[in-house]
Amino acid sequence: MRLDVVLRVTTKFILAPLLLFALYVQFHGDYGPGGGFQAGVIAAAAIILYGLINGLAAARRIVPDAVLERLIPAGVLIYALVGVAGMFTGENFLGYNHLAHDAVHGQEWGVFLVEAGVFVTVFSSMVGIFYAFAGRRRA
Amino acid sequence: MTLIDPLIALATRGVTIFLMVAGLYVVIARGNMVKKLVGLSLFQSSVYLLFILPGKIVGGTAPIIDPAFEVYAHPLPHVLILTAIVVGIGTLALGLALVVRIREAFGTIEEDEILAREDAVRVERDE
Amino acid sequence: MIAAHLPVLVVLLPLFGGLLAALSRHNEAAFWIALVASIATLAAAAALAGQVMAGGPISYRIGGWDPALGIEYRIDAVSAPILLLVAAMGVAAIVYARRSVTVEIIPERVAWYYTMMLICLAGLLGMAASGDAFNIFVFLEISSLSTYTLIALGRDRRALLAAYQYLIVGTIGATFYVIGVGLLYLSTGTLNFGLIVERLPEITSPRALIAAEAFIVVGIALKLALFPLHAWLPNAYAYAPSSATALLASTATKVAVYLLARYLFAVFGIQRSVGPISVADALMALSLLAMFAASLAAIFQNDIKRLLAFSSVAQIGYITLGLAIANEAGVTGAFLHIMNHALMKGAAFMAIGAILISAGSSKLDELAGIGRTMPVAAGALTVAGLALIGVPGTSGFVSKWYLVLGAIEAGRLWLAILIVASSVLAVLYVGRILEVIWFREPAKRSLEAQAVPLSLLAPTLVLAALTIWFGLDAGFPVELASSAAKALLGVSKGALP
Repeated sequence: MRLDVVLRVTTKFILAPLLLFALYVQFHGDYGPGGGFQAGVIAAAAIILYGLINGLAAARRIVPDAVLERLIPAGVLIYALVGVAGMFTGENFLGYNHLAHDAVHGQEWGVFLVEAGVFVTVFSSMVGIFYAFAGRRRA
Repeated sequence: MTLIDPLIALATRGVTIFLMVAGLYVVIARGNMVKKLVGLSLFQSSVYLLFILPGKIVGGTAPIIDPAFEVYAHPLPHVLILTAIVVGIGTLALGLALVVRIREAFGTIEEDEILAREDAVRVERDE
Repeated sequence: MIAAHLPVLVVLLPLFGGLLAALSRHNEAAFWIALVASIATLAAAAALAGQVMAGGPISYRIGGWDPALGIEYRIDAVSAPILLLVAAMGVAAIVYARRSVTVEIIPERVAWYYTMMLICLAGLLGMAASGDAFNIFVFLEISSLSTYTLIALGRDRRALLAAYQYLIVGTIGATFYVIGVGLLYLSTGTLNFGLIVERLPEITSPRALIAAEAFIVVGIALKLALFPLHAWLPNAYAYAPSSATALLASTATKVAVYLLARYLFAVFGIQRSVGPISVADALMALSLLAMFAASLAAIFQNDIKRLLAFSSVAQIGYITLGLAIANEAGVTGAFLHIMNHALMKGAAFMAIGAILISAGSSKLDELAGIGRTMPVAAGALTVAGLALIGVPGTSGFVSKWYLVLGAIEAGRLWLAILIVASSVLAVLYVGRILEVIWFREPAKRSLEAQAVPLSLLAPTLVLAALTIWFGLDAGFPVELASSAAKALLGVSKGALP
């Protein structure tokens, strides 16, 4: 794989648009197909592609295991904390109406932050699964 | 409303039932642990169709409110199934991880072979 | 502010605990986080139970959405005792885990182990707290996925196999459940329990409902290991780490039984017949088979953990029998046995776990005379065993008393006789354990057994003590169980024609 110039060059071209596309899908989720799940998987695909071409060690330099294992619970924590923030504004759990000056903007902020949490967890889980399987030697 | 819509609905129903039964059959009949998980995934996919199908409204568009449209698809089944798909992926990933560990521990992923080896070990120990 | 949010806090506290334990990545810190989270959960569950007993059902709308659109959490007299039980067993299992994980789990995985325990608790509590059929499916899968992981962390390689088999069976069960929920949703247009019950009488064609009932009942029966769908349970309990076994045996199946009761009584109506037999009769036949067949299987086991696992299948039979009797005494007996069996099985699995850690074996033939070297653990095992038989003075007697009472009130004397007769089988399998651990000359392993640390014994002894206390003064559990029974039978009258 190391000598395959075509793959390495193409990957270099694809990686940046892939990450950009992930951001587009993340932020356009309100008005079109998309959201944290899809964006997380696309962003993870970029890291996985990088790992496939340049080796697992190189990918681990970009996203180390220690960071990854903290990101997985951190994303869920973001989600749950947004829900709890609703409780502090006098709403029920996951109530977003009072997060901004009016209910519509409150809902928008709530969903935006929740999707950010979803992105973090999905991204790190996918990369984590890739590391866990790719890092094992053949028995 | 065209003639093709009811035909599609009928075909989807058939696919739902086929996936349900075929998936369950694979889980029961196959000894290979990866194939079992494939069957399990098929079985779960049938549920996705079961929920999604009634959410489709003929002529309806994606449920994003806009003055240009009047008929929308029912959003709730889609949300439910998005959740179910994530659960299914979690199950599949965990199942495959277990199969990898089983392969490392036992040297095979055929259920019959593992059980046969375990029995052999037990007989040896008893003797 | 806190009091109003208790229904969701009882699920959130263990969830946050699990997340923080995973973030800490430090074994000692993870334990303290888990302990604090589980104790806070218990406090929340106790406060909820108090509120429900004083003021009736509590409804909580997630995100403020109307129940027709969103998710409603509903705590009533049926779910409050289950929440209390699960939260209490969670505390006991986590206290017990502190010492047992050092022997049974690889150090790098200990923090994750606590995370999985807490998330499993969150899932189980969510199943009891939620009043939304699909939300319950999600919590069911949350608790199941963490359960598979907990089992796979056992040190025997067969734990992997047990986890895999449970994963296959459990996923089929959960998928069956969600198919049933889908059919209910198609028939009624809602996922909220209260609204489903309201709209059921309007449905003219019962065929979809019968299919829904079949899928849901079979799906839940797989989860609660109703005979003959119990094949996953003995291996899972035998090879899981001790603290995980204690937690699962005393909570996971119990929550599934609660769910079954909720569906059978509140939604479908237990006396409804499909063809010539009613659901209650079918459930009764399977329960009786479980009581006898699983007890018989238990008698021939050599591994005490497996023996207790088969005994669990039999004891679940008593619980479902109580539901099938379907009068107030019978259902009270079922709910009493949910609580009492959780306590006694928790104590039994913790005691045998302590013996396994100290003496290195849980095999009956290697543990002869262990009572002389480890009298406290063996004593707790004995108390739990006597309660499994139903000896007067233990909690097992009280719950069986109510079951027998229910059978007689229903005019089925033969059933009462069968309940007593099946206890004879329990005498045989418990008697085998007691004979070996107390009356035989100590074997090599028994003599070499090391002293058991207090942190293992303390939760074991508390559960054993509760087993005796609730046998002598059953006022508190009987009050909880009978109000649950009244609530279930009350709504049952308003259900299907």
